[in-house]
Amino acid sequence: MDKKSPILDVQGLRKSFGGLEVLKGIDLAVHPQELVFIIGPSGSGKSTLLRCCNRLEEATSGSIWVDGVDVLSRSTDINRLRQRIGMVFQSFNLYPHMTALGNVTLALRKVLKLKRDEADRRGRAALDDVGLRDKVDAYPYQLSGGQQQRVAIARALALEPKIMLFDEPTSALDPELVGGVLNVMRAMRKSGMTMVVVSHEMRFAREAADRVIFMDQGEIVEEGRPAEIFGNAKHQRTRTFLQNVLAG
Amino acid sequence: MDQIVANFFDLEVMARYLPDILSGFVLTIYLAVAIVLFGLALGLALAVVRAFQIRPLNWLIVFFVDLFRALPPLVIMIIFYFALPYVGVELGGFVAAWLALGFVLAAFAEEIYWAGILSVDKGQWEAARSTGLPFFRTLRSVVLPQALRLTIPPLTNRTIAITKGTALASVVAVPEILSQATAAQAFAANTSPLTMGAIAYLILFAPLVTLSRWIETRFAWRR
Repeated sequence: MDKKSPILDVQGLRKSFGGLEVLKGIDLAVHPQELVFIIGPSGSGKSTLLRCCNRLEEATSGSIWVDGVDVLSRSTDINRLRQRIGMVFQSFNLYPHMTALGNVTLALRKVLKLKRDEADRRGRAALDDVGLRDKVDAYPYQLSGGQQQRVAIARALALEPKIMLFDEPTSALDPELVGGVLNVMRAMRKSGMTMVVVSHEMRFAREAADRVIFMDQGEIVEEGRPAEIFGNAKHQRTRTFLQNVLAG
Repeated sequence: MDQIVANFFDLEVMARYLPDILSGFVLTIYLAVAIVLFGLALGLALAVVRAFQIRPLNWLIVFFVDLFRALPPLVIMIIFYFALPYVGVELGGFVAAWLALGFVLAAFAEEIYWAGILSVDKGQWEAARSTGLPFFRTLRSVVLPQALRLTIPPLTNRTIAITKGTALASVVAVPEILSQATAAQAFAANTSPLTMGAIAYLILFAPLVTLSRWIETRFAWRR
């Protein structure tokens, strides 16, 4: 596959919950090493879009390809595909009965079938990458929210995914803990990870994103480089949203 | 006072029937252990099967659970012992008592495990599945360990309550503690064997109650 072809390719994606259509035909291509930021009011379908990409939600129609694999095909081994799609959740979702290392190594041992010492080695390296070398044996309840989210990032990173999806990774954090998580994301970007980030961290978007996508009511309203969206949005809906967010 | 001592604490009678009570004690332990192992294991198996959400299987499980929760254990035991032989199934008293109480415990335990599984946050499933863990592995390594901790207090309570039902087995000719004690009481025309029986039950269940309290604190949830 040549470098130009997208890692994530979404076309005509529709998703309904009962009679409510929350995604109304989304087209989105994310290329290798790109950091795409998705912003928009709550209920605009941002999270659902991410969750369709690894089939935590089943799309109603459309197509999604990740790294050349048809996500929605019945014949796709979804568990194998999910190893290549890292996901980070708003509420961390660490396993409370396992240490940080246990959280990171579970999938390494049970999905990749690595031996314990090999899994531990990779797990420690992943925790080191997110700056938690000394928290390897800590349980989630012994960690701050920011540290928990970094463990969650390490858990996804340890599988060496092709793309990382972030679903409001800092929304549940106290303001003083946001920076640590964003620093980890900066480092990931520098190392060339492809990332799709749903977030309200506008300063981070402005600084780090290659592309910003504004969604409203299940549609992509507009997209562009951060400077275009934040400085000079074409649509009134985008401008209104940004005014509300930046004023708050 | 003398009358109480003579009727309930006649040492000569107690000494004479001690071996009987002891054999009942040992048998009751066997029966109780068999019920607990079978009931808790079957209950867990049913809850795990139910988690797969296969409709016809779920109906069967819910039917089984509701049936055995609704019927009095004594009625089940009597049906197993006195009625099943008419359809060619001879269980014997011990097995009838074991299965009857085992099924009842399994039914209650299934509901408790199931509630525990449902109470684990949906995000735990999503996080595990998003790393490629299959359904059953997620259930086993992520969800059940959390669910089981939540279920320990209600489960130990229910286990003790149902295990005490071993006394009902006296009705189906199992020579457990109560049956030995009442037989001895009839022979001796003295109620002292019942005192011994009560003491035997205390010796059997008091440590169990204490143990359950210890397990509950040991596995209490740390947040």
